[in-house]
Amino acid sequence: MAGCPMKIFELEQEMLRPRPLPPFRAGDTVRVHYKIREGEKVRTQVFEGVVIRQHRGGLRSTFTVRKISYGVGVERVFPTHSPMIDKLEVKARGRVRQARLYYLRDLRGKAARIREIGVR
Amino acid sequence: MTLNSGILGKKLGMTQVFSPAGQLIGVTAVEVGPCVVIQKRTADKDGYSAVQIGFEDKADRKVNKPMMGHFSKAGVKAKRFLREFRMSAEQVNEISVGQEINIADLKAGDIVDVIGISRGMGFAGVMKRYNFSGAKATHGVHEYFRHGGSLGTNMTPGRVFKNRKMPGHMGAERVTMQNVEVVRVFAQDNIVYLRGPIPGAKNSLVTLRPAVKG
Repeated sequence: MAGCPMKIFELEQEMLRPRPLPPFRAGDTVRVHYKIREGEKVRTQVFEGVVIRQHRGGLRSTFTVRKISYGVGVERVFPTHSPMIDKLEVKARGRVRQARLYYLRDLRGKAARIREIGVR
Repeated sequence: MTLNSGILGKKLGMTQVFSPAGQLIGVTAVEVGPCVVIQKRTADKDGYSAVQIGFEDKADRKVNKPMMGHFSKAGVKAKRFLREFRMSAEQVNEISVGQEINIADLKAGDIVDVIGISRGMGFAGVMKRYNFSGAKATHGVHEYFRHGGSLGTNMTPGRVFKNRKMPGHMGAERVTMQNVEVVRVFAQDNIVYLRGPIPGAKNSLVTLRPAVKG
C-alpha cells in the first residue's frame, strides 16, 4: 500500500469479498465461475486455465488466467474481489519456480505444460 | 448538500470500488469537512451576501492575533483554510455563525462540481503542454525532436499571432470539474468517493459545490 493513505485502506476493507476465494497461486489450474449479464439475465460462464500472475493490492487485487482456446492463447484478468466471481475451483496445483509465468506465452503444446504437485 | 454553499475538503488519493453491476470504478477519496461557518457577508455591510467557512483545525500558536480575533468572534477553533461562497440573502439568513457544515446530506448519486489547484508541471514544452506531436526521431531530423515547428507565416502578417501555443508554465492553476458523481459517502469518516480523477495533488485543498449545471 505504498503511498496509499491508511484511511482509504481501511475503507476498502469493507468492500472485500465476504468469503475469500480458496487459496491459489501462480501455476495453479483454476476454474473461474464468472457471472455474465446479458440484458436482464445473469448466467455463469466458466473460464478454466493456468494462473500466470497474481497482483496483490487489497481491494485492487487481480489475477490473470491463461488458457488456449481453439489454438489461440487467451488471457483474462479477474479482479479478485469482484462480486461477479461466483466461485473459484482449484483443479490442480502446479509446481513452478516463478511468480509471474509470462514465459508460458512463448511456449505451446507439450512445452507449456506445468508439473503438478502432490499428484502421482 | 445543505446550505447550497460549497464545502472544503482534502484530496486523499484514488482507489477503486465495485459498482452494483459488478464493474470496477476508479474513484477519488476526498476527506470533506466538517467545515464551520466563520462569518456572514451581508449586502448591508459588505455589499454582497455570502458565507465564509473554515476547514481543518490549526494550532493556536500558528495563528496571528488579528486572525485569532476573527476566529474567536465566531467562537470556533482556528482554521487553516477560509473560503467564501456567494449565496442569496435568504440563504445566508438561515445560517448562523459557528454552524457546522458536513456531508451528512450528501448521498451517492449526487452531482457536484469539484474545484482544485492542478499539479504544477513547471516550465513545460509544447508536447507536454499542448499535446503537439514533436518532430520525427529519425529521417535526418537534427536537434529538433520536441519542438513545436513553425510559429506562423512570413511577410503577411509579418508577426506571430496572439495566443500562439508555446512552451511555458503549466499546471498549478485553479481547475473546475463540473458534474462529478458522488459514488459513496462515509458520513462518520467525513470521506466521499468521487467518480474518476479530480484536479490537484494528494493532500491538496479541494472545493465541492452543488453542480452549477446539474
